[in-house]
Amino acid sequence: MSEKFTVEIITPNKILLKSEAYEVIIPSYEGEMGILKDHIPLITFLKPGLIIIKDSEEKKYFIDEGTVEFVNNNLLILTSAAKNVESFENNFVEESIKSAEEHLKSSDISDKERYLISNKIDVLKDLRK
Amino acid sequence: MPSLDDLKKRIKSVKSTQKITKAMKMVAAAKLRKAQENAEKGRPYSLKMQNIILNLTKSISDPQNAPKLLTGTGKDKSYLCVLLTADRGLCGGFNSNICKLAKLNFKKILSEGKILKIIAVGTKGLDQIKREYGKYVIKKFSFKDKKQISFDEAQIIGNEVIKLFNQDEFDKCFLFYNNFKNVITQIPQAQQIIPAEIQESKDKEENFISYEFEPEEDEILEDLLPKNISTQIFKAFLENAASEQGSRMTAMDNATRNAGELVDKLTINYNRSRQASITKELIEIISGAESL
Repeated sequence: MSEKFTVEIITPNKILLKSEAYEVIIPSYEGEMGILKDHIPLITFLKPGLIIIKDSEEKKYFIDEGTVEFVNNNLLILTSAAKNVESFENNFVEESIKSAEEHLKSSDISDKERYLISNKIDVLKDLRK
Repeated sequence: MPSLDDLKKRIKSVKSTQKITKAMKMVAAAKLRKAQENAEKGRPYSLKMQNIILNLTKSISDPQNAPKLLTGTGKDKSYLCVLLTADRGLCGGFNSNICKLAKLNFKKILSEGKILKIIAVGTKGLDQIKREYGKYVIKKFSFKDKKQISFDEAQIIGNEVIKLFNQDEFDKCFLFYNNFKNVITQIPQAQQIIPAEIQESKDKEENFISYEFEPEEDEILEDLLPKNISTQIFKAFLENAASEQGSRMTAMDNATRNAGELVDKLTINYNRSRQASITKELIEIISGAESL
Protein backbone atom coordinates (compact mmCIF):
# COMPACT_ATOMS: atom_id res chain seq x y z
CA MET A 1 0.00 0.00 0.00
CA SER A 2 2.90 2.32 0.56
CA GLU A 3 3.34 2.67 -3.16
CA LYS A 4 0.05 4.46 -3.52
CA PHE A 5 -1.08 8.05 -3.42
CA THR A 6 -4.50 9.66 -3.51
CA VAL A 7 -6.15 11.01 -6.62
CA GLU A 8 -9.02 13.46 -6.68
CA ILE A 9 -10.94 14.59 -9.71
CA ILE A 10 -13.10 17.60 -8.94
CA THR A 11 -15.58 19.23 -11.29
CA PRO A 12 -17.60 22.35 -10.51
CA ASN A 13 -20.60 20.19 -9.73
CA LYS A 14 -19.14 17.54 -7.52
CA ILE A 15 -16.18 15.48 -6.47
CA LEU A 16 -16.11 12.97 -9.27
CA LEU A 17 -13.53 10.61 -7.91
CA LYS A 18 -11.45 10.16 -4.82
CA SER A 19 -9.38 7.04 -4.68
CA GLU A 20 -5.92 5.63 -4.52
CA ALA A 21 -3.61 4.70 -7.33
CA TYR A 22 -0.03 3.72 -7.88
CA GLU A 23 0.26 5.49 -11.20
CA VAL A 24 -1.68 8.19 -12.99
CA ILE A 25 -1.03 9.29 -16.54
CA ILE A 26 -2.20 12.78 -17.41
CA PRO A 27 -2.24 14.56 -20.77
CA SER A 28 -0.21 17.55 -19.70
CA TYR A 29 -0.04 20.54 -21.96
CA GLU A 30 3.47 19.70 -23.10
CA GLY A 31 3.04 15.97 -23.41
CA GLU A 32 1.82 12.98 -21.51
CA MET A 33 3.09 12.63 -18.02
CA GLY A 34 3.14 9.68 -15.67
CA ILE A 35 2.96 10.41 -12.00
CA LEU A 36 4.14 8.02 -9.33
CA LYS A 37 4.32 8.34 -5.59
CA ASP A 38 6.70 11.01 -4.21
CA HIS A 39 6.69 13.02 -7.38
CA ILE A 40 7.96 16.51 -6.69
CA PRO A 41 5.28 19.20 -6.22
CA LEU A 42 3.87 20.11 -9.58
CA ILE A 43 1.35 22.43 -11.13
CA THR A 44 0.40 22.10 -14.75
CA PHE A 45 -2.59 22.31 -17.01
CA LEU A 46 -4.02 19.77 -19.36
CA LYS A 47 -4.89 19.48 -22.99
CA PRO A 48 -7.76 17.32 -24.23
CA GLY A 49 -6.93 13.71 -23.62
CA LEU A 50 -7.23 10.74 -21.37
CA ILE A 51 -6.46 10.49 -17.71
CA ILE A 52 -5.48 6.94 -16.91
CA ILE A 53 -5.63 5.93 -13.30
CA LYS A 54 -3.88 2.67 -12.52
CA ASP A 55 -4.88 0.83 -9.43
CA SER A 56 -5.97 -2.78 -9.07
CA GLU A 57 -8.00 -1.93 -12.13
CA GLU A 58 -7.51 0.74 -14.73
CA LYS A 59 -9.84 3.70 -15.04
CA LYS A 60 -9.90 6.07 -17.95
CA TYR A 61 -11.42 9.53 -18.08
CA PHE A 62 -11.72 11.77 -21.06
CA ILE A 63 -11.24 15.47 -20.33
CA ASP A 64 -11.31 18.64 -22.36
CA GLU A 65 -9.17 20.80 -20.17
CA GLY A 66 -8.09 20.96 -16.60
CA THR A 67 -5.56 21.97 -14.01
CA VAL A 68 -3.42 19.61 -12.00
CA GLU A 69 -1.70 20.05 -8.72
CA PHE A 70 0.42 17.39 -7.11
CA VAL A 71 1.56 17.99 -3.57
CA ASN A 72 2.25 15.77 -0.55
CA ASN A 73 1.28 12.66 -2.47
CA ASN A 74 -2.08 14.08 -3.29
CA LEU A 75 -2.96 14.52 -6.93
CA LEU A 76 -5.66 17.06 -7.54
CA ILE A 77 -7.29 17.36 -10.94
CA LEU A 78 -9.66 20.27 -11.49
CA THR A 79 -11.63 20.06 -14.67
CA SER A 80 -14.85 21.54 -15.96
CA ALA A 81 -15.99 18.18 -17.32
CA ALA A 82 -14.64 14.66 -17.12
CA LYS A 83 -16.23 11.60 -18.63
CA ASN A 84 -15.55 8.02 -17.75
CA VAL A 85 -14.62 6.28 -20.98
CA GLU A 86 -16.81 3.30 -20.18
CA SER A 87 -19.90 5.43 -19.74
CA PHE A 88 -19.70 7.05 -23.15
CA GLU A 89 -22.94 7.27 -25.04
CA ASN A 90 -22.81 5.55 -28.40
CA ASN A 91 -22.50 8.62 -30.53
CA PHE A 92 -20.62 10.86 -28.11
CA VAL A 93 -17.27 10.24 -29.74
CA GLU A 94 -18.56 10.74 -33.26
CA GLU A 95 -20.40 13.90 -32.35
CA SER A 96 -17.47 15.37 -30.50
CA ILE A 97 -15.20 14.73 -33.47
CA LYS A 98 -17.69 16.34 -35.75
CA SER A 99 -18.14 19.49 -33.67
CA ALA A 100 -14.39 19.75 -33.14
CA GLU A 101 -13.77 19.52 -36.87
CA GLU A 102 -16.38 22.17 -37.51
CA HIS A 103 -14.71 24.38 -34.99
CA LEU A 104 -11.35 23.84 -36.61
CA LYS A 105 -12.69 25.06 -39.92
CA SER A 106 -13.86 28.40 -38.56
CA SER A 107 -11.19 30.92 -39.32
CA ASP A 108 -10.95 33.02 -36.18
CA ILE A 109 -9.08 30.70 -33.89
CA SER A 110 -5.59 31.12 -32.57
CA ASP A 111 -2.74 28.71 -33.18
CA LYS A 112 -2.96 27.53 -29.62
CA GLU A 113 -6.60 26.65 -30.02
CA ARG A 114 -5.90 24.95 -33.31
CA TYR A 115 -3.29 22.83 -31.60
CA LEU A 116 -5.64 21.87 -28.80
CA ILE A 117 -8.52 21.03 -31.06
CA SER A 118 -6.54 18.91 -33.47
CA ASN A 119 -5.16 17.14 -30.46
CA LYS A 120 -8.65 16.48 -29.22
CA ILE A 121 -9.64 15.01 -32.56
CA ASP A 122 -6.65 12.69 -32.51
CA VAL A 123 -7.49 11.41 -29.06
CA LEU A 124 -11.11 10.88 -29.96
CA LYS A 125 -10.21 9.03 -33.13
CA ASP A 126 -8.00 6.73 -31.12
CA LEU A 127 -10.91 6.03 -28.83
CA ARG A 128 -13.11 5.04 -31.71
CA LYS A 129 -11.01 1.98 -32.43
CA MET B 1 -69.47 46.02 11.26
CA PRO B 2 -69.03 43.71 8.28
CA SER B 3 -71.92 41.43 7.55
CA LEU B 4 -71.77 37.70 8.16
CA ASP B 5 -71.49 37.01 4.48
CA ASP B 6 -68.54 39.35 4.06
CA LEU B 7 -66.71 37.68 6.90
CA LYS B 8 -67.35 34.26 5.44
CA LYS B 9 -65.93 35.34 2.11
CA ARG B 10 -62.84 36.79 3.71
CA ILE B 11 -62.15 33.66 5.68
CA LYS B 12 -62.42 31.65 2.54
CA SER B 13 -60.06 33.86 0.60
CA VAL B 14 -57.45 33.88 3.35
CA LYS B 15 -57.67 30.12 3.56
CA SER B 16 -57.01 29.71 -0.13
CA THR B 17 -54.05 32.07 0.09
CA GLN B 18 -52.77 29.96 2.90
CA LYS B 19 -53.00 26.90 0.72
CA ILE B 20 -50.87 28.55 -1.93
CA THR B 21 -48.19 29.73 0.47
CA LYS B 22 -48.11 26.32 2.07
CA ALA B 23 -47.59 24.65 -1.27
CA MET B 24 -44.85 27.12 -2.18
CA LYS B 25 -43.15 26.47 1.10
CA MET B 26 -43.15 22.76 0.46
CA VAL B 27 -41.80 23.15 -3.06
CA ALA B 28 -39.09 25.49 -1.81
CA ALA B 29 -38.13 23.03 0.90
CA ALA B 30 -37.71 20.26 -1.64
CA LYS B 31 -35.72 22.46 -3.97
CA LEU B 32 -33.65 23.80 -1.11
CA ARG B 33 -32.31 20.39 -0.27
CA LYS B 34 -31.07 19.92 -3.78
CA ALA B 35 -29.68 23.41 -4.10
CA GLN B 36 -27.92 23.10 -0.79
CA GLU B 37 -26.38 19.83 -1.85
CA ASN B 38 -25.17 21.43 -5.07
CA ALA B 39 -23.71 24.38 -3.23
CA GLU B 40 -21.82 22.10 -0.91
CA LYS B 41 -20.58 19.94 -3.74
CA GLY B 42 -19.41 22.97 -5.64
CA ARG B 43 -17.37 24.39 -2.81
CA PRO B 44 -14.27 22.15 -3.10
CA TYR B 45 -13.69 23.15 -6.70
CA SER B 46 -13.55 26.87 -6.08
CA LEU B 47 -11.61 26.37 -2.88
CA LYS B 48 -8.92 24.26 -4.50
CA MET B 49 -8.77 26.62 -7.43
CA GLN B 50 -8.07 29.50 -5.05
CA ASN B 51 -5.46 27.40 -3.34
CA ILE B 52 -3.59 26.66 -6.53
CA ILE B 53 -3.64 30.30 -7.52
CA LEU B 54 -2.38 31.26 -4.10
CA ASN B 55 0.51 28.84 -4.45
CA LEU B 56 1.22 30.14 -7.92
CA THR B 57 1.27 33.76 -6.90
CA LYS B 58 3.67 33.03 -4.09
CA SER B 59 6.19 31.56 -6.43
CA ILE B 60 5.79 33.93 -9.31
CA SER B 61 9.19 35.17 -10.30
CA ASP B 62 8.48 38.48 -11.91
CA PRO B 63 5.53 40.32 -10.39
CA GLN B 64 5.94 43.16 -12.88
CA ASN B 65 4.91 40.97 -15.74
CA ALA B 66 2.21 39.06 -13.93
CA PRO B 67 -1.11 38.87 -15.74
CA LYS B 68 -3.30 41.89 -15.29
CA LEU B 69 -6.21 39.79 -14.10
CA LEU B 70 -4.20 39.13 -10.99
CA THR B 71 -2.57 42.44 -10.28
CA GLY B 72 -5.14 44.79 -11.77
CA THR B 73 -4.60 47.50 -14.31
CA GLY B 74 -2.93 49.74 -11.80
CA LYS B 75 -5.76 52.21 -12.17
CA ASP B 76 -8.75 52.70 -9.95
CA LYS B 77 -11.09 54.55 -12.19
CA SER B 78 -13.98 52.43 -13.33
CA TYR B 79 -15.84 49.65 -11.62
CA LEU B 80 -17.83 46.77 -12.99
CA CYS B 81 -20.47 45.35 -10.69
CA VAL B 82 -22.07 42.01 -11.41
CA LEU B 83 -25.38 41.75 -9.62
CA LEU B 84 -26.68 38.24 -9.17
CA THR B 85 -30.32 37.97 -8.20
CA ALA B 86 -33.23 35.62 -8.68
CA ASP B 87 -35.69 35.57 -11.54
CA ARG B 88 -38.63 34.95 -9.26
CA GLY B 89 -40.09 36.89 -6.42
CA LEU B 90 -41.89 35.84 -3.26
CA CYS B 91 -38.72 34.98 -1.49
CA GLY B 92 -38.66 37.45 1.38
CA GLY B 93 -35.77 39.84 1.55
CA PHE B 94 -33.58 37.80 -0.75
CA ASN B 95 -33.51 40.14 -3.73
CA SER B 96 -33.84 43.32 -1.70
CA ASN B 97 -30.91 42.42 0.50
CA ILE B 98 -28.56 42.04 -2.44
CA CYS B 99 -29.87 45.22 -4.02
CA LYS B 100 -29.55 47.14 -0.79
CA LEU B 101 -25.91 46.19 -0.47
CA ALA B 102 -25.30 46.83 -4.15
CA LYS B 103 -26.94 50.25 -4.04
CA LEU B 104 -24.82 51.22 -1.08
CA ASN B 105 -21.73 50.33 -3.07
CA PHE B 106 -22.99 52.05 -6.21
CA LYS B 107 -23.52 55.22 -4.24
CA LYS B 108 -20.04 55.06 -2.81
CA ILE B 109 -18.47 54.45 -6.21
CA LEU B 110 -20.34 57.32 -7.78
CA SER B 111 -19.68 59.72 -4.91
CA GLU B 112 -15.97 59.09 -5.37
CA GLY B 113 -16.34 60.26 -8.93
CA LYS B 114 -15.62 56.91 -10.49
CA ILE B 115 -17.23 55.27 -13.47
CA LEU B 116 -19.83 52.64 -12.71
CA LYS B 117 -20.88 49.78 -14.96
CA ILE B 118 -23.39 47.15 -14.05
CA ILE B 119 -24.11 43.69 -15.36
CA ALA B 120 -27.45 42.49 -14.07
CA VAL B 121 -28.10 38.78 -13.86
CA GLY B 122 -31.65 37.87 -12.95
CA THR B 123 -34.69 40.01 -13.62
CA LYS B 124 -35.73 40.81 -10.08
CA GLY B 125 -32.57 42.66 -9.21
CA LEU B 126 -32.72 44.60 -12.43
CA ASP B 127 -36.25 45.75 -11.62
CA GLN B 128 -35.11 47.08 -8.30
CA ILE B 129 -32.13 49.06 -9.49
CA LYS B 130 -33.60 50.15 -12.82
CA ARG B 131 -35.05 53.42 -11.61
CA GLU B 132 -31.99 54.81 -9.97
CA TYR B 133 -29.17 53.10 -11.79
CA GLY B 134 -30.77 51.93 -15.03
CA LYS B 135 -28.47 54.01 -17.19
CA TYR B 136 -25.38 52.27 -15.82
CA VAL B 137 -26.55 48.80 -16.77
CA ILE B 138 -24.53 47.67 -19.76
CA LYS B 139 -25.61 44.06 -20.01
CA LYS B 140 -28.39 41.95 -18.64
CA PHE B 141 -28.73 38.22 -18.42
CA SER B 142 -31.59 36.03 -17.40
CA PHE B 143 -31.59 32.28 -17.17
CA LYS B 144 -35.26 32.03 -16.41
CA ASP B 145 -35.88 29.12 -18.73
CA LYS B 146 -33.05 27.10 -17.26
CA LYS B 147 -34.15 24.71 -14.57
CA GLN B 148 -30.75 24.47 -13.06
CA ILE B 149 -27.81 26.72 -13.57
CA SER B 150 -24.83 24.84 -14.89
CA PHE B 151 -21.21 25.77 -15.31
CA ASP B 152 -21.89 26.83 -18.91
CA GLU B 153 -24.02 29.77 -17.80
CA ALA B 154 -21.33 30.89 -15.40
CA GLN B 155 -18.86 30.65 -18.23
CA ILE B 156 -20.98 32.86 -20.48
CA ILE B 157 -20.88 35.60 -17.89
CA GLY B 158 -17.24 34.93 -17.07
CA ASN B 159 -16.27 35.29 -20.71
CA GLU B 160 -18.24 38.49 -20.97
CA VAL B 161 -16.44 39.93 -17.97
CA ILE B 162 -13.05 38.93 -19.35
CA LYS B 163 -13.86 40.34 -22.75
CA LEU B 164 -14.77 43.68 -21.21
CA PHE B 165 -11.64 43.59 -19.12
CA ASN B 166 -9.44 42.99 -22.14
CA GLN B 167 -11.10 45.91 -23.86
CA ASP B 168 -10.03 48.00 -20.90
CA GLU B 169 -13.60 48.77 -19.97
CA PHE B 170 -13.08 48.61 -16.23
CA ASP B 171 -10.38 48.31 -13.59
CA LYS B 172 -12.11 46.46 -10.81
CA CYS B 173 -14.89 43.94 -10.77
CA PHE B 174 -17.23 43.10 -7.93
CA LEU B 175 -19.70 40.29 -7.57
CA PHE B 176 -22.87 40.73 -5.52
CA TYR B 177 -24.65 37.66 -4.26
CA ASN B 178 -26.13 36.04 -1.19
CA ASN B 179 -23.91 33.67 0.69
CA PHE B 180 -25.82 30.69 2.01
CA LYS B 181 -25.04 30.15 5.64
CA ASN B 182 -28.06 28.20 6.72
CA VAL B 183 -31.76 28.08 5.97
CA ILE B 184 -32.62 31.23 7.87
CA THR B 185 -29.40 33.17 7.44
CA GLN B 186 -28.19 34.39 4.10
CA ILE B 187 -25.55 37.04 4.01
CA PRO B 188 -25.43 39.43 1.06
CA GLN B 189 -21.87 39.71 -0.11
CA ALA B 190 -19.67 41.83 -2.31
CA GLN B 191 -16.72 39.90 -3.60
CA GLN B 192 -13.93 41.40 -5.59
CA ILE B 193 -12.96 39.14 -8.46
CA ILE B 194 -10.71 41.39 -10.52
CA PRO B 195 -7.99 41.88 -9.50
CA ALA B 196 -8.12 38.50 -7.84
CA GLU B 197 -8.41 38.84 -4.13
CA ILE B 198 -6.89 35.86 -2.49
CA GLN B 199 -7.35 35.13 1.15
CA GLU B 200 -4.14 34.06 2.76
CA SER B 201 -4.55 31.10 5.00
CA LYS B 202 -2.71 31.55 8.25
CA ASP B 203 -0.90 28.35 8.99
CA LYS B 204 0.31 27.54 5.52
CA GLU B 205 2.94 30.25 5.50
CA GLU B 206 5.66 28.12 7.00
CA ASN B 207 5.63 25.07 4.80
CA PHE B 208 6.12 26.85 1.55
CA ILE B 209 6.57 24.35 -1.22
CA SER B 210 8.48 25.08 -4.37
CA TYR B 211 6.58 23.67 -7.29
CA GLU B 212 7.65 22.44 -10.62
CA PHE B 213 5.72 24.24 -13.31
CA GLU B 214 4.99 23.03 -16.72
CA PRO B 215 4.78 25.25 -18.77
CA GLU B 216 5.97 28.47 -17.06
CA GLU B 217 4.13 30.06 -14.13
CA ASP B 218 2.90 32.98 -16.17
CA GLU B 219 1.42 30.75 -18.78
CA ILE B 220 -0.40 28.64 -16.24
CA LEU B 221 -1.66 31.73 -14.52
CA GLU B 222 -2.92 33.14 -17.76
CA ASP B 223 -4.85 29.97 -18.35
CA LEU B 224 -6.06 29.63 -14.81
CA LEU B 225 -7.21 33.14 -13.96
CA PRO B 226 -10.03 33.35 -16.50
CA LYS B 227 -11.17 29.95 -15.31
CA ASN B 228 -11.08 31.18 -11.77
CA ILE B 229 -13.43 34.02 -12.64
CA SER B 230 -15.99 31.64 -14.11
CA THR B 231 -15.53 29.41 -11.10
CA GLN B 232 -16.16 32.22 -8.67
CA ILE B 233 -19.24 33.26 -10.60
CA PHE B 234 -20.46 29.70 -10.61
CA LYS B 235 -19.91 29.43 -6.90
CA ALA B 236 -21.90 32.61 -6.43
CA PHE B 237 -24.67 31.13 -8.56
CA LEU B 238 -24.88 28.02 -6.44
CA GLU B 239 -24.84 29.95 -3.20
CA ASN B 240 -27.49 32.23 -4.59
CA ALA B 241 -29.73 29.35 -5.66
CA ALA B 242 -29.57 27.78 -2.23
CA SER B 243 -30.16 31.13 -0.56
CA GLU B 244 -33.13 31.86 -2.76
CA GLN B 245 -34.87 28.64 -1.85
CA GLY B 246 -34.01 29.00 1.82
CA SER B 247 -35.25 32.53 1.87
CA ARG B 248 -38.43 31.59 0.06
CA MET B 249 -39.06 28.75 2.44
CA THR B 250 -38.84 30.95 5.52
CA ALA B 251 -40.88 33.69 3.87
CA MET B 252 -43.62 31.28 2.89
CA ASP B 253 -43.55 29.63 6.29
CA ASN B 254 -44.17 33.01 7.86
CA ALA B 255 -46.90 33.78 5.37
CA THR B 256 -48.64 30.51 6.14
CA ARG B 257 -48.47 31.17 9.83
CA ASN B 258 -49.77 34.70 9.45
CA ALA B 259 -52.64 33.47 7.31
CA GLY B 260 -53.49 30.94 10.02
CA GLU B 261 -53.57 33.65 12.65
CA LEU B 262 -55.75 35.80 10.47
CA VAL B 263 -58.19 32.96 9.90
CA ASP B 264 -58.44 32.40 13.65
CA LYS B 265 -59.12 36.06 14.28
CA LEU B 266 -61.73 36.29 11.54
CA THR B 267 -63.45 33.14 12.75
CA ILE B 268 -63.80 34.58 16.24
CA ASN B 269 -65.23 37.77 14.75
CA TYR B 270 -67.60 35.73 12.63
CA ASN B 271 -68.85 33.66 15.55
CA ARG B 272 -69.26 36.72 17.68
CA SER B 273 -71.40 38.58 15.19
CA ARG B 274 -73.39 35.45 14.49
CA GLN B 275 -74.12 35.14 18.19
CA ALA B 276 -74.98 38.82 18.40
CA SER B 277 -77.50 38.54 15.62
CA ILE B 278 -79.12 35.46 17.19
CA THR B 279 -79.40 37.23 20.52
CA LYS B 280 -80.91 40.21 18.79
CA GLU B 281 -83.51 38.06 17.07
CA LEU B 282 -84.36 36.31 20.32
CA ILE B 283 -84.91 39.62 22.09
CA GLU B 284 -87.15 40.75 19.27
CA ILE B 285 -89.26 37.58 19.47
CA ILE B 286 -89.54 37.70 23.25
CA SER B 287 -90.44 41.35 23.37
CA GLY B 288 -92.96 40.75 20.58
CA ALA B 289 -94.58 37.93 22.56
CA GLU B 290 -94.66 40.04 25.73
CA SER B 291 -96.54 42.88 24.08
CA LEU B 292 -99.38 40.59 23.10
